[in-house]
Amino acid sequence: MIVETTHGSLTFCSIEPGSGLDSTLERPPANALGRIEASGLRGRGGAGFPTSLKWDLAIKSPGENKYVICNADEGEPGTFKDRVILSDFADLVFEGMTIGAFVIGAKRGIVYLRGEYAYLRSHLETVLRRRRAQNLLGKKIRGRDGFDFDIEIRMGAGAYVCGEETALIESLEGQRGEPRNRPPFPIDTGYLGNPTIVNNVETFAWVVCILAKGAKWFNSIGTKKSTGLKLFSVSGDCSQPGVYEFPMGITVAELLKEVGGEGAKAVQVGGAAGQCVPAAQFERTIAYEDVPTGGSVIVFGPDRDMLRVAENFLEFFADESCGQCTPCREGTPKLIEGVKMLQQGRCSMHYIHELCSLGETMQLASKCGLGQMAPNAFLSIVEHFQDEILGRIGK
Amino acid sequence: MSDKLLPHGHPTRAPASQRGRTAEVLEHAKALGKQIEVMIDGRAITVPLGATILEAAQQLGIRIPTLCYHEDLCLAGVCRICVVEVEGQRTLQASCSYPITAPIHVKTHTPAVRKARRHILDLMLASHYGECYTCARNGNCELQSLAEEYGVDYFRFGRMEKPRYEIDLSSHALVRDMNKCILCRRCVRTCIDLQEVGVLEAIDRGNRIKITTFGDKPLSDVVCINCGQCINRCPTGALRANDNTDEVWQAIDDPTKHVVIQTAPSPRAGIGECFGLPPGQPMTFRMNTALRYCGFDKVFDTNFAADLTILEEGTELLLRLKAALANDECGMMNDESKSRHSEQSQLQNIHKSSFINHHSPGPLPQFTSCSPGWVKFAEHFYPEYLDHISSCKSPQQMFGALLKTYYAEKTGVDPKDIVTVALMPCSAKKFECNRPEMCASGFKDIDYGLTTRELAKMIREVGVDLPNMNKTDFDEPFGTATGSGVIFGTTGGVMESAIRTVLELVTGKKIESLFDYAEVKPVRGFEGIRYAELPITEVGPVPAIISHLFKDWNWLKGVTLKVAVAHGTANAKLVMEDIKAGGKLSECHFIEFMACPGGCLGGGGQPIPTSPEIRAARAKAIYDEDRSYTIRKSHENPALLQVYADFLTDGPCGHRSHELLHTHYTPRGKYIA
Repeated sequence: MIVETTHGSLTFCSIEPGSGLDSTLERPPANALGRIEASGLRGRGGAGFPTSLKWDLAIKSPGENKYVICNADEGEPGTFKDRVILSDFADLVFEGMTIGAFVIGAKRGIVYLRGEYAYLRSHLETVLRRRRAQNLLGKKIRGRDGFDFDIEIRMGAGAYVCGEETALIESLEGQRGEPRNRPPFPIDTGYLGNPTIVNNVETFAWVVCILAKGAKWFNSIGTKKSTGLKLFSVSGDCSQPGVYEFPMGITVAELLKEVGGEGAKAVQVGGAAGQCVPAAQFERTIAYEDVPTGGSVIVFGPDRDMLRVAENFLEFFADESCGQCTPCREGTPKLIEGVKMLQQGRCSMHYIHELCSLGETMQLASKCGLGQMAPNAFLSIVEHFQDEILGRIGK
Repeated sequence: MSDKLLPHGHPTRAPASQRGRTAEVLEHAKALGKQIEVMIDGRAITVPLGATILEAAQQLGIRIPTLCYHEDLCLAGVCRICVVEVEGQRTLQASCSYPITAPIHVKTHTPAVRKARRHILDLMLASHYGECYTCARNGNCELQSLAEEYGVDYFRFGRMEKPRYEIDLSSHALVRDMNKCILCRRCVRTCIDLQEVGVLEAIDRGNRIKITTFGDKPLSDVVCINCGQCINRCPTGALRANDNTDEVWQAIDDPTKHVVIQTAPSPRAGIGECFGLPPGQPMTFRMNTALRYCGFDKVFDTNFAADLTILEEGTELLLRLKAALANDECGMMNDESKSRHSEQSQLQNIHKSSFINHHSPGPLPQFTSCSPGWVKFAEHFYPEYLDHISSCKSPQQMFGALLKTYYAEKTGVDPKDIVTVALMPCSAKKFECNRPEMCASGFKDIDYGLTTRELAKMIREVGVDLPNMNKTDFDEPFGTATGSGVIFGTTGGVMESAIRTVLELVTGKKIESLFDYAEVKPVRGFEGIRYAELPITEVGPVPAIISHLFKDWNWLKGVTLKVAVAHGTANAKLVMEDIKAGGKLSECHFIEFMACPGGCLGGGGQPIPTSPEIRAARAKAIYDEDRSYTIRKSHENPALLQVYADFLTDGPCGHRSHELLHTHYTPRGKYIA
């Protein structure tokens, strides 16, 4: 059971709802876009696509009915920071969406809420109602002629793959949640064929902070390629699991110190789809250019069985694969079989190499990020923990 | 010949995840003719903006393997066998669904690409259960060919030891063996998109995913129309037609049985493909010899029954026209039928009223009834329109009824000993011959339906090389039919034959005076929906054969006959929706519907593969055969006139014909219990 706490005071606490929006509406949309660009903000869901670039592409895409979608399908194992944001800072999220709508010229927004977060829905609806009453949503927002925007909440149904933006859109359209062929991207043909921006919950919240506190404040924090602050969901073998705010570019070692995870033998950064960083590499930085993350940090103490870890992640992917493309659908179960063989001490070196090679094919040839990421944990565990996983005696 | 199966802008129903969509986005740019140069394996080629890498590579003659891709279907990009390297991209890209929008550099056979393709094949083989030598698609399987091409010589990731799924044998027409399915979803896209039926979909996730029907019900219990288009597009043996060759051999081997076979026009245009010939080589008379060699006692031409159908259906059309035009002020539909159309859901009422009353002609437009796939489609999706469908049985069934009555009488063979076999390009015919109402003679009109593929197998089994057989004619008393019967095999053919006959019967003039070589060009071609207007400026005397039904044609003078042709049930659906909405097509008098794209020549029993080019070649063979006949109009078929003189003595649409040659339909609805 994850301890549901936030540690230290989050930047989000200091932002007054409405402050970012009012200053944005006073100036032309390009101004807000310019400030977001200057901040260097990149997608907080994990992929790290520059937010201003995505929005700019959506501006340039021809289409009358543009959409702003908030990806609240937080499903990455070990991630729970969006839940905290939605419970405590929903205003910032809706405000960020409203700013996004103002910038790209959208009339409608949708929050795609993770099925397991259904209990948050009434709270979110209350906030939406209040914002409508405050004229922060609806017609002529803040008295500005021609700026109409409203947000509706739609429920996911528990599929991890629906966190992938095109699968999310398929799901919103009432289809099976399966990733689409890309290109074209949602900024061209998104929800119902309209230009659509899909951003993470946290990204929208940071947009508001950047517009309220300035781009300079944001990009002075972090590294050159990974600016600003980020929320982390920390769990596993550490004394103080919970949600943290750290600057981008923090090393794994620094992070472990903050959360009471010293002595760990490995850290999974970026959830099941991320990388397993062994102790020898704890000086690596958590940043898009080194070890990227959507916020999930899972600490593995010295007693953890890494094969069990690999098996656990692979089982997750095998279960969550949409089943559409061959490498992901058929490849993941083969890797699981391999792990089971390793556990029983009956996997030849030849076959391990064969499976690693298969893992590389999955990374290269799968249709979407899920399949491309599925073998990551397996491959990094085989690479970094050879001594531990080889030569087991079957039970 | 254009093979645009669906009209421009027709929305596909397949989820966007299962189609490449940039083509739509770039429609505009494409229209402007914007071109872009790309490099593939170091060779430059200029293609229209938005073309896929696969298309560009094909133009260069570079072969990229494909499995989920099919020319007739929207793109999926799911099997990943067609991956290629695009410079600057981190991952490999599916060439079938990657639209070219920038001057990219592509490599089609780098080590990473070759390894990925091999892995994908290995993975497919690892979850594919079944031995090639016991498979209906042995030698004609895309998975098997690719395994050979890529030198697969062992099961790298193991293989299935036991089947996972029970084989679905519930349908008369199709067999589904999901153990052989590689989840390319061609069948799903065929059913939902090409045919707009939507019986098949993927359920569940991960490697538990499977392609199945609503509620995982057997195929016989869902709205499957048996068209078999999914069979023609399945790359493996997961979908096949229900094979009746064993039963037919058994009948042939039984000396007490008199086994006769009728051959439809389309199989002869396609069967050569099963013997290594290019598409479009007619095998009509060589096949006759081969059939006798197999042991069939008599070989007849379904075209005889096609001519019979034209006379019956044409007469029925004239009766409906007369009822509507001669003294009916409210036009096409009477009030009763109009009000019924507004209450579509009341199946029970429909059931009562849709029973064809032989004495009061049904409403207009009259719909053709030869395509059993279309008939079942209408029974499921448009049950309120069943009285528009001609009450005529299909040629196959008419022939069967005559064989077990007229032919039995004439030859003195006890009808219980006659086994009627029909060679059809069709899987739905297997369902049709098992319809309970198709037993007018007291026996099953048709005992077994064989597909073109099944017959090819039988011919091979007796060691005959079909292309080198000598030619022999069809057997008497039905002889060789007319060109009109032959063109039943292609979309528009029934309409063309009907026009040839009806216009001649009504105007008394030779059709050649209206259309050169009697070729009714406006109804030919592969456009999804075709429409034509035929003004009747003058009328002649009523010919003797139908003088018991009509006094004169004066009521037709000055009338413009409006007809339409649709092939593929997606187009049928468009037509029906237009009629429902009171659009232009609701003013038609006669509409030909064929369930399969291209008509029968593209049927679900035809040789695999299928493509627009293959269908066009088969169509050419059929039209060429039509031209080669001296008699090209159904009402001039001497054998047919003999049958009316000797047996169906009360003429077309008379009592005997109604008893034997006409039928009724079952409103089934689309809701599954």
